[in-house]
Parts: sequence; structure tokens; C-alpha cells
Amino acid sequence: MTAEGTPMPAAAPAATPVPVRRDGEIPSRRERSVPHAGWIVVARKELADHLLSARFVVLFIVVGLAALIPLYFAADAIRSAASTVSGGQAIFIALFWYAPKVGDAQIALPSVQGFLGLVAPLLGLAFAFDSINGERAQGTLPRLLSQPIHRDDVINGKFAAGLAVIAIVIGVVVGVISAFGIIRLGIVPAASEALRLILWLLLTFIYVSFWLAFGMLLSVVVRRAATSALIGFGAWLLFTIFGGLITQLIGGFMAPLTGTVQQQINSIQLQETINRLLPDTLYREASLVLLNPQVSSVSSPATIAGYQQAQQRIPSLLSLDQSFILVWPQVVALVALTVACFAIAYVRFMRQEVRA
Amino acid sequence: MTTPSTRPIRKRVGRKGPGTDADPGARPRHAQGEGDDRPRAPIRTRGLTKRYGELVAVDHLDLEVQAGEIFGLLGQNGAGKTTTILMLLGLTEPSDGQARVVGLDPARRPLEVKRRVGYLPDSVGFYGDLTGRENLRYTAELNRIPREQAESTIDEVIEQVGLTARADDPTDTYSRGMLQRLGIADALVKDPDVLILDEPTTAIDPLGVTEILELLRTLVRDRGMAILLSSHLLNQVQSVCDRIGIFAAGRLIGQGTMSELAHRFGEDTAHIEADVQTDDAAGVERVREVLKAIPGVVDVKAPRRPAEPWVVGVRPASDETRVRRSILAAAASTGLDLTSVRPVAPSLEEIYRRAVEQAAHGHARDVR
Repeated sequence: MTAEGTPMPAAAPAATPVPVRRDGEIPSRRERSVPHAGWIVVARKELADHLLSARFVVLFIVVGLAALIPLYFAADAIRSAASTVSGGQAIFIALFWYAPKVGDAQIALPSVQGFLGLVAPLLGLAFAFDSINGERAQGTLPRLLSQPIHRDDVINGKFAAGLAVIAIVIGVVVGVISAFGIIRLGIVPAASEALRLILWLLLTFIYVSFWLAFGMLLSVVVRRAATSALIGFGAWLLFTIFGGLITQLIGGFMAPLTGTVQQQINSIQLQETINRLLPDTLYREASLVLLNPQVSSVSSPATIAGYQQAQQRIPSLLSLDQSFILVWPQVVALVALTVACFAIAYVRFMRQEVRA
Repeated sequence: MTTPSTRPIRKRVGRKGPGTDADPGARPRHAQGEGDDRPRAPIRTRGLTKRYGELVAVDHLDLEVQAGEIFGLLGQNGAGKTTTILMLLGLTEPSDGQARVVGLDPARRPLEVKRRVGYLPDSVGFYGDLTGRENLRYTAELNRIPREQAESTIDEVIEQVGLTARADDPTDTYSRGMLQRLGIADALVKDPDVLILDEPTTAIDPLGVTEILELLRTLVRDRGMAILLSSHLLNQVQSVCDRIGIFAAGRLIGQGTMSELAHRFGEDTAHIEADVQTDDAAGVERVREVLKAIPGVVDVKAPRRPAEPWVVGVRPASDETRVRRSILAAAASTGLDLTSVRPVAPSLEEIYRRAVEQAAHGHARDVR
């Protein structure tokens, strides 16, 4: 083509010949080390955005109320029964799993852990559902990716910021309501109770992280933020509220609750297995065991003999490590689900075209 | 479709360390062997190709942009301009061929390339709840520019694009044109060696465009930057670019300076404008006859309105000067009331249209 021999325009700085390196690189006018931790910059900016956003305030209030209301009534109930339980063990931690009944009609309120388990997924979804497709819609993604960072720095940084904001919200909420419980009950938790609480906090964190990863996946796969929000909340409703009903439905089809006792036990077992496919079930099972030392099993006994055995068991409190061993599979499953969601989101994001 | 850095492409994986650098096979032969001591072009591509399935978005592109020049990439929507730019930045992996930006392969060393290339994307966006300054600060952080240095650079670039008064407003409140100005500032924050601008001035008002184009010229002149800009605003490209490449259906169908392009794609016709005063229709006819009688004139267009000039077509184009003199002489000898006569610069629009037409014909011939 004709341009091959075009002389340089006269304006070019001919006085400063550009040295050529052996590998052909044209050296920079100034040396600057290549940033190797771009995700930290991304995460810092995202976290600042989250903390200043309206959704942070709203979710803080929602999660706070979801924890505070049942705690208040549970504390009342425990106080009124204080004389009978006086001297009993693990009373403080009961604040978190005890499902109080309120009013004259004795309406059953969910426990703190039940209510938090219901609301917490929103926390994860809200900070992730628009993380990638929002950048696309704003037109900031090409600009961001043209900066000297790796492509995965973007998604890693956003995930890290989401984790941080989740940790802040549930940490602060649980801390505050614990303090409130201490004042209300006048009981200081024993070390083992405090440990149980911390482990439960970690479990809740993992559970919410799962929803964060799920929201992230939606934000990568779905083009529009509004659509991914709808799908996310749909999934939340399905899993947490209708989940039990659906598994009963499926279980009922596959193994109806009829026949001998053993057959009925079998069909209950099947329903439990199906239920365990839902992250919500995993969380609730593990959460109850971690909080309540009296709970000594997560599954129904598999045989009639098992039932009899369970009934004959002397009620006792499980030590923390025993409780922990009991919920280990649930915890591993939750972590695995989280990692799987994030991994799919990651791979899809890395393979996506920059242009929408 | 795939990420640049994760998979070994073509031969020679893991090209690191000084030992392998001495390997002559590491470089394409054409980069050497030209025997000139001219600095390497900051942007070079050889046979650069991008296919999406059946569709060839960019077809064997050979492009070279020197330091200290503005190269304009012209083309219709979907001609492959943006795809080319994404390949130059390492944001999309080429299907074939190669690119060198500041001497580096963007597919293999995207970070180093992106550190030194400022990029203004098509329809650029910013975080709406952050101010213009905060948005630029984020870019500076991503580029690891130390805090104090970043602040002074940000002040400077905001000043350069004329946004100082609005720098501390949230970008939600910016107009489209202001966002584009901020986008140019954003590309300049990292003090790049190469600037790639995708449709930089589409939404900016005419006066603003002049300012921005002047800014680009200053950057090229004072800092020796290489600027690649894509646009379909032909006047702007014509007024600011040193060289122009015309893109159609993924292929670069012509590149060069305006006059080179005019020579290549013009019908070898030059045009002259002449202002002649006439009183009535008879006068108009007389002027037409006089002008037509001059040798070399192939076409005479009378003005539609009295204030407009006559347009005289000359072929071959090299006869333009001679014909202009003849017009003066003819006016003197026939008593025409000639007030001015001047050559018309070839219009890029004309060249562009003809280039695209020729390419379409050529392509049709290829297919047959």
C-alpha cells in the first residue's frame, strides 16, 4: 500500500530517537511497575460504592429487624420462664434458636436463625445481581478492561467487595442483637456459647456468600440487571419459601406416604434427600445444630428401631465439636455450591466478548 | 470469545528471559530488513484477522501508525473498526495474523500494552454516582499512579478537555458530549504513548470538536503520541488526520494521506470554483460557453443561486493549474466579470464513496 514509505510528519520529535530494545518493545517514556493486584483496587472501589449505596442502608435495616424482632420476643419468653430454667445450660444461645409465640393467639414467630435464614439471601443477591451487567449497561466495562488489570481482577474484586460487605452487615447485626440479648436477659454467654455463635455466624456468612455467587452468575449470564434481579428473587422465593412444598410434591409422586411404617419412613427419607439439594435446607439444618446443643441429629432415623432408639435417648447437650461434626457435610456442601456458582460465573465472564 | 493471556497461542509459548529474545524467529522478518533507522511504528499489524464463526469481521489487516501522527480509520458501522481496536488492546484475540503495539504483542502481554495505550471506547460510560474527578481517580489507581502525581495529572487533563467547572459534579448530570470529553481525559490520565479513540467526537458540539481536535494535534506535536481514531464524521477526519485508512467489510481498501487517496480513488478529475457575475440568462449561457471552450475542461456546472460559484471539472487533474490560468486569460479576453477563481480541495466524502464502490465492485469480481 502507498503508506509504506510515507515520511514522518515534520512535527514529530525527530530529535529524540526512540531506542529499540532487543525484544522489539518500544520503551516507555517513564518506567512504572505493572500493577499485579488490580483486584484490590477494584474491591476497594466496589466496597466504597456498596457502603454508600441506598441498598446497603435498606438491607442493614431489614436484616437488623429480621434479627431483632424474634430476638425480642424470644428474650421475653425466656425471661418469663427464667425461674424454671435458672441454672440450666446454654440459655443465652437459646435466644437465637427459640421460636417464640406471641400475643393471645400464640402466633408462632420464626426464631432468629429462621428469620435471618429467610432474609439473608437477599443480602447476597442485592450486592451481586447487577455487578457485571450493570457495568455493561453503564458502558464502563470496556473502559475498565482497557486499564492494566487482568480480566479476572474485575470479577474477583467485585466478589471480594461483596463478601466484605456481607461480613460487615451480618457481623454488626449479630453483634448488636447479642449485646441487646445480654442486656435483656442479664446473662453473659459462656465461652462455648460464644464459640457456637461465631461458628453460626461463619455458617451464615457462607450461606449468604452462596447467594452472592449465585447473583454474580446471574449478572454475568443475564444481559439486563432488571432481569437478573427478577430471576434472583424468583429463585429465592422458590428455595426458601416454596422449597419445602415442592419437595413434598416431588416426594409424594415418587413415594407416597402410605403403606407400612417402614415404607413411610422410606418416603420421608426420600423427601429429606430431595430437600438437601436446596441450599436453604442445608443452612437451616446446620444452623439449628450449631446453635442448639440439644439437637443431636439432622436426619430422621432410617428404621423403626432407629425411632425407638431416638425416643429412648436421654436428652443431653452435645459438645461443640460433636455438633460441628454433625453439620460438617452441610457446611462442605454449602461451600461447594458457592465455589461452583462463582467458578461458572468466572469462566463465563472470562470467555465473554468485551462488546455486549 | 477467549481470553488472551490464558492459552498459548501459535508457536513459542512462555517467551520469557533474555535467552529466547535473541532468537531471530521471535520477530516477523518484515519488521527488520527494511534497513531504515526510522523508529518502529507504535502500532503495526500484519495480516490481522478476526472471524466470528462464518463472519469475517477483520480480514488480513496491514496497518501502521507512526509516532507523531494521527491516523483516521474510516468505515461504515460494522466494518470492523471496533474489532480491530479491541484486538490492538488485547481485549479480543485475533484469529490470525499479528499485532504489535508499542512493540509488544497485545494478545500475550496485554497488561503492558494497556498500561501504555489510552483508549476511549465507543459510547463511553462512567460511574454515575461518582464525580468526574473520582472516576478519573479510579482509573489512576488502576494504573498504579502515585496519589499526588495522579491529582496533578487529573487536574491537567480535565483542564485540557475543558471540564474544570464540572469536574466535581456526579457524571450522572453530564451530557453525552461531556461524557465524551471526560472519556478523552480518562484515556490521557495514564500519560499514554498511544491513544486509540473510537468515535471520539460524535456527541460533542461543533465548537467543542474544534477544541478537542486541536488538543489531539497538540498531543501529537508536543508529546509525539501516535493516535488512531475511528470515525464516520468525514470532515473531522479530513481536518485532523495525517493519514487515513478506509475500511469496508473488514478490509482496509485504501490508506494514505488525503492527496494519495485522492490520486488513487479520484476519477483523476480536479475541480475549480469560479465566481462570475452575470445579469441574465443570456449571460449565464455565455459564461458556460466560454468555460467549456477551454481545453481540459470536461464539465461545467452553473450556480443554482446567484451567490454560488461555478464549478469546473478538469481532467486530467494535473491540468488544474493550467486550466485555472486559462480561465483568467479567457475572462480577460472575453470581458467576463470574474471576481475570483480557486482550486477545490478533494473532498474525503467523494473519495470515501468511490473507494467503497470500487471495493464492492472488486469484491463482486473476486466472487465471480
